[in-house]
Amino acid sequence: MKKNLMKTLAITGLTILAMGALAGCGSKSAETKASDTTTTAAAANDSTAAGSTTGKEAAKGDLKGSISMVGSTSMEKFATALGEVFMEKYPSVTVQSEFVGSGAGIEAVGNGSADIGNSSRNLKDEEKAKGINENIVAIDGIAVITDAKNAAENLTKDQLINIYNGTTNNWKDLGGTDQPIVVIGRESGSGTRTAFEELLKLENKCKYSNELDSTGAVMAKVASTPGAIGYVSLDVLDDTVKTLKLENTDPTPENIKAGSYFLSRPFVMATKGEISAQNENVKALFDFIYSDEGKELVKSVGLIPAN
Amino acid sequence: MQPKTYSIFGGHGSKSGIERAAEIIFTICGFFAVLAVASISLYMLISGTPALFKVGILDILFGTTWMPDAATPGFGILYVILTSIVGTALAILIGVPIGVMTAVFLAEVAPPGLTRLVRPAVELLAGIPSVIYGLLGILVLNPLMYKLELKIFAGSTTHQFTGGANLISAVLVLALMILPTVINISETALRSVPQHLRSASLALGGTQIQTIFHVVIPAAKSGIITAVVLGTGRAIGEAMAISLVSGSSVNIPLPFNSVRFLTTAIVSEMSYSSGLHKQVLFTIGLVLFAFIMIINVSLNSLLKKGGAQHD
Repeated sequence: MKKNLMKTLAITGLTILAMGALAGCGSKSAETKASDTTTTAAAANDSTAAGSTTGKEAAKGDLKGSISMVGSTSMEKFATALGEVFMEKYPSVTVQSEFVGSGAGIEAVGNGSADIGNSSRNLKDEEKAKGINENIVAIDGIAVITDAKNAAENLTKDQLINIYNGTTNNWKDLGGTDQPIVVIGRESGSGTRTAFEELLKLENKCKYSNELDSTGAVMAKVASTPGAIGYVSLDVLDDTVKTLKLENTDPTPENIKAGSYFLSRPFVMATKGEISAQNENVKALFDFIYSDEGKELVKSVGLIPAN
Repeated sequence: MQPKTYSIFGGHGSKSGIERAAEIIFTICGFFAVLAVASISLYMLISGTPALFKVGILDILFGTTWMPDAATPGFGILYVILTSIVGTALAILIGVPIGVMTAVFLAEVAPPGLTRLVRPAVELLAGIPSVIYGLLGILVLNPLMYKLELKIFAGSTTHQFTGGANLISAVLVLALMILPTVINISETALRSVPQHLRSASLALGGTQIQTIFHVVIPAAKSGIITAVVLGTGRAIGEAMAISLVSGSSVNIPLPFNSVRFLTTAIVSEMSYSSGLHKQVLFTIGLVLFAFIMIINVSLNSLLKKGGAQHD
């Protein structure tokens, strides 16, 4: 008898709790729904108002056609992300990207077979002479890191090259203590490795003792190995490793933009003639890149916005 | 409540239907495995062979330069193949004696109290994900190896220091990883040796150790060989743990060199590779697949031989 009473009490209690909870949920969801509808309504009002008053919004919707980009394989990640976001914004514009190399990209824009030539280096003078415009959209910087206890502070370009081609193998010649250098790099195919080797003119001449397949792995290995040296993109740097100066310059966005940090390269989206002379689609693309949203995109793929 | 009763005459109308349905379901399940193996083999052959002919079979299998991104790329995987063979062989050399001894201990020697302690430990070892072994390797093994490396190669100007990420680290991790497989299967084999063989040996005046080494282990030979071959399969197919500790540079498999295995070669470069480079990675997969097939076939033939001897 007593047991039964307890049971009934417990069940009633539970039911009340459950109902309360359900009721709470119900009313909440109703509220959110209501607010949702109001915001969408407001948004709709906004857009119609904007459309009718300025007319600019309407123009955005009218963009149609395609943009063709040809060029650097190093810019693949950035160009693909840019294309995706841009096409989401302008559904009737298609962005086609080909990744065949910087030189080929500039050639393609020069002879008119592409709207934009992607190049992960500055344009040469003879290329500029053909009327090709150098539009720097982002800057790619690479930091050289060692373990936190390393005494070395600064490397020159030649010292860095000698470390990575195996000529120098002890820190004592480089301002550090007498300990061997453990040369750590990325796997072949990695964009960071490609950029690093290109900038130092060490394509496939590097003698790595560790080829790790992610930036995180490089950070962890360098942090835990005395005498290790590695390279990573700028956005992942933290206190677990020591960032070296190169030619007495810190890898800060300011130094990179000023051009005093040599382990960096511009990402150029070259056009034939000024941006203002391009078609509406291309103009919209550049407007997007230089907007705040575009800058966020540039940062999200580990690059530094150009302006 | 009345206990349920069953009658062998009950429901015999539906019986044949159920029998047939069950038969069909079992057949379908059986064919899933066949289908999976057949489609994987076919896929590996289709995706792995084009690069073999584009680059040249000899250039891939016996080439020694691995530079997939160079202007004149080199796709030689000889060092990678050698690393897998040497690494696996060394891991077996270290892991099997320890594993078999542990199995003997569990099956023959250990007092029940100790068995209760050791067996769960072995079973837990089998359940640890391979990435955990890799992390332990990075945190414990690599620093130790680096100290050893610094001692051995002190003052050397030709040795490339690897920070402890070398063949030995990978071999030790692999040896640890094959232990549970070797122990479990060998123990089962040892336990299935008929008791009368032991009794006979003991009755003839053999000591316990003599009985184990001259009677029980020879009698359990085929089971122990199975354990070794399955351990080999596990070692050659392992990727995650050794990709963390081996350094992943393509080098001759010497003890203190940073090395790359067949498995880690695929894992480390698959994400950014394209074109011919990617096709060669599939070819590496095909080579690995061939190795594992060879091991399995040899396992089957060994088992058949062992079984025939036993009778």
